[in-house]
Amino acid sequence: MTLHLINARLIDPENLTDSEGSLTIENGQIAALNGPAPKGATILDCQGHCLAPGIVDLGVKVGEPGERHKESFRSAGLAAAAGGVTTLIARPDTLPAIDTPEGLEFVTRRAAEASPVRIRHMAALTKGRAGREMVEVGFLLDAGAIAFTDCDHVVTDTKVLSRAMVYAKSLGALIMGHPQDPGLSSGAAATSGKFASLRGLPGVSPMAERMGLDRDLSLIEMTGVRYHFDQITTARALPPLERAKKNGFDVTAGTSIHHLTLNEFDVGDYRTFFKVKPPLRSETDRLAMVEAVGLGLIDIISSMHTPQDEESKRLPYEEAASGAVALETFLPAAMRLYHAGQLTLPQLFRAMALNPAKRLGLPQGRLAIGSPADLVLFDPDAPFVLDRFKLKSKSKNTPFDGHRMEGRVLRTFVGGVQVFGAEG
Amino acid sequence: MTFRARHLLGIEHLAPEEIRAVLDLSEKYVDLNRRTVKQGDALQGLTQINMFFENSTRTQASFELAGKRLGADVMNMSVAHSSVKKGETLIDTALTLNAMHPDLLVVRHPSSGAVNLLASKVNCAVLNAGDGRHEHPTQALLDALTIRRAKGRIQRLTVAICGDIAHSRVARSNLILLGKMENRVRLIAPPTLMPAGVGEFGCELFDDMREGLKGADVVMMLRLQRERMDGGFIPSEREYYHRYGLDAEKLAFAKEDAIVMHPGPMNRGVEIDGDLADDINRSVIQDQVEMGVAVRMACMDLLARNLRAERGAKAVGVMV
Repeated sequence: MTLHLINARLIDPENLTDSEGSLTIENGQIAALNGPAPKGATILDCQGHCLAPGIVDLGVKVGEPGERHKESFRSAGLAAAAGGVTTLIARPDTLPAIDTPEGLEFVTRRAAEASPVRIRHMAALTKGRAGREMVEVGFLLDAGAIAFTDCDHVVTDTKVLSRAMVYAKSLGALIMGHPQDPGLSSGAAATSGKFASLRGLPGVSPMAERMGLDRDLSLIEMTGVRYHFDQITTARALPPLERAKKNGFDVTAGTSIHHLTLNEFDVGDYRTFFKVKPPLRSETDRLAMVEAVGLGLIDIISSMHTPQDEESKRLPYEEAASGAVALETFLPAAMRLYHAGQLTLPQLFRAMALNPAKRLGLPQGRLAIGSPADLVLFDPDAPFVLDRFKLKSKSKNTPFDGHRMEGRVLRTFVGGVQVFGAEG
Repeated sequence: MTFRARHLLGIEHLAPEEIRAVLDLSEKYVDLNRRTVKQGDALQGLTQINMFFENSTRTQASFELAGKRLGADVMNMSVAHSSVKKGETLIDTALTLNAMHPDLLVVRHPSSGAVNLLASKVNCAVLNAGDGRHEHPTQALLDALTIRRAKGRIQRLTVAICGDIAHSRVARSNLILLGKMENRVRLIAPPTLMPAGVGEFGCELFDDMREGLKGADVVMMLRLQRERMDGGFIPSEREYYHRYGLDAEKLAFAKEDAIVMHPGPMNRGVEIDGDLADDINRSVIQDQVEMGVAVRMACMDLLARNLRAERGAKAVGVMV
């Protein structure tokens, strides 16, 4: 079946262009750009709305195995489709952690049968994410692991980490790390500063992030491993990151949509839905991160989707669980940066689709002939007030509840097949 | 009516005229408390529950006495060792209590913000008796009353707060209150016990105690918790006393008529010299305890008035 989309505003992150045009989908791939309508093709009038590569979301927590009541592959997949996320890269911080080929096979099968969008899986770097013994990197790669990470558990033993890096390097595996000094940040619930002091919350200095980054950069220099920092959230971490990139290390960095759109003061009166890890930062840090995304110094924006049930959030702030659901709010939140004039749509999709796909060696993320037709059609201006109970995620812990937002996903296509949106 | 609050969760939410209203009413209760027959009726028929998730003798006794002197039915629940250990969440405990229809709920909890959370789930007036390192509003109010009675005013004074500022809810509530009433606030602490970003609250910061005490009208000492003494935050108890313990020699840097305060319980010989604490010419520590009962009576009285007004309005269908 051939689908011809006309009157589209094409957002091309590769060429950083934003232009009117048409796009033809054939056999699940992008067959033509601005070409004539092929014979017998179904015509879809986009009415001037934006057509961009579907989001490739690196670092999504799905609750399978272990916490299926918080999120299943089915609910995560539906939420992703509704949010314009066409490839979801799942985290291994499940219960138990995905640290064996057998575990990986289980989640791969579950995801394939339950989700309308593509799901790829990362594996833990060390067994049980305990930071003591490396996992079977080779077997896991063979079973389809796309990257290796202990998520927010920092491998404190540098001997263990350096060996895992050397081993991963020999197999060409990508490691994703969480830059944070675990000693300095232990027990913290907020970023130290005026806000944490006012609320009486234990704070962590933003310097803890740079300390973690510096340590990892030394090990990267030592081992030459391919490495991705999951979340850079503070201005102080940017100069060493920039130097490392200039020196030709194989490093990339990400940040979360929450750290780009919210700051520490949004926590207000101990609102636990704003408790994320690392904690929300100062406005100065937030602006520095937005600028770094624009410059390409930060490569990837992730939703860091972390479902938590009501019980784990309805607690005093320090005791409440960290994390926020974000698959469905990712795009509208990103539109805040677009409407504020801070980032263009092609810049946003470079960080949300193209760069993560490139880093992971996936063919997605591009508006190019021959690329998979994983696309999102959205209206960047459509206003709405977010009602968390209308989210498709099983967990409703979004910081944007009741917020006025702009940007609605109209249709989502995966491999040329519509997985979300109106009929016909 | 100048006091409009529904709960007393922190000084942060009070306007200066509300603070003044509490202090003015407290004066009346100070007089009442000095009579032989100490019986008021402001809380007649109301139920007050004291819920302490953290051990406390003094504050709990003060609240209990305050409630009883105003005619409330007072119940003490020491939750530190009961249901919490059984895995019940704070919200469930709150809902259980709420079903018993209390009118005033006095809560102390080891986590910052826990009392705010609880207040959002119950139908009665909630008083924060200390939450984590966040706020302890009645302590700041009783300190303000003590200062006002000793100094004749609660503005344009230089107040030095000294000790473990970082972990102290008393310090936080006091510096907010004193700032709202237009006083100069100085914080004196070793840098490990000074919270980050606190300079942005409009206080002056000192790590040299003598320097910080210069010209102070009020010297407010804070308790140093035992678990912080051994090497973690400060090298030792004796070094702390040497550099930050209040004695006559250091106090000489403050104004000649400066008063000395301490929220209790004191560690004599750690943060304050024993003789100085007992010096009736300088120390107002016993007055603070006395003012505590009066201030808590005033706070509960004012909250009960608002509660009654709200319920009365609801009963006759008026919008509030």
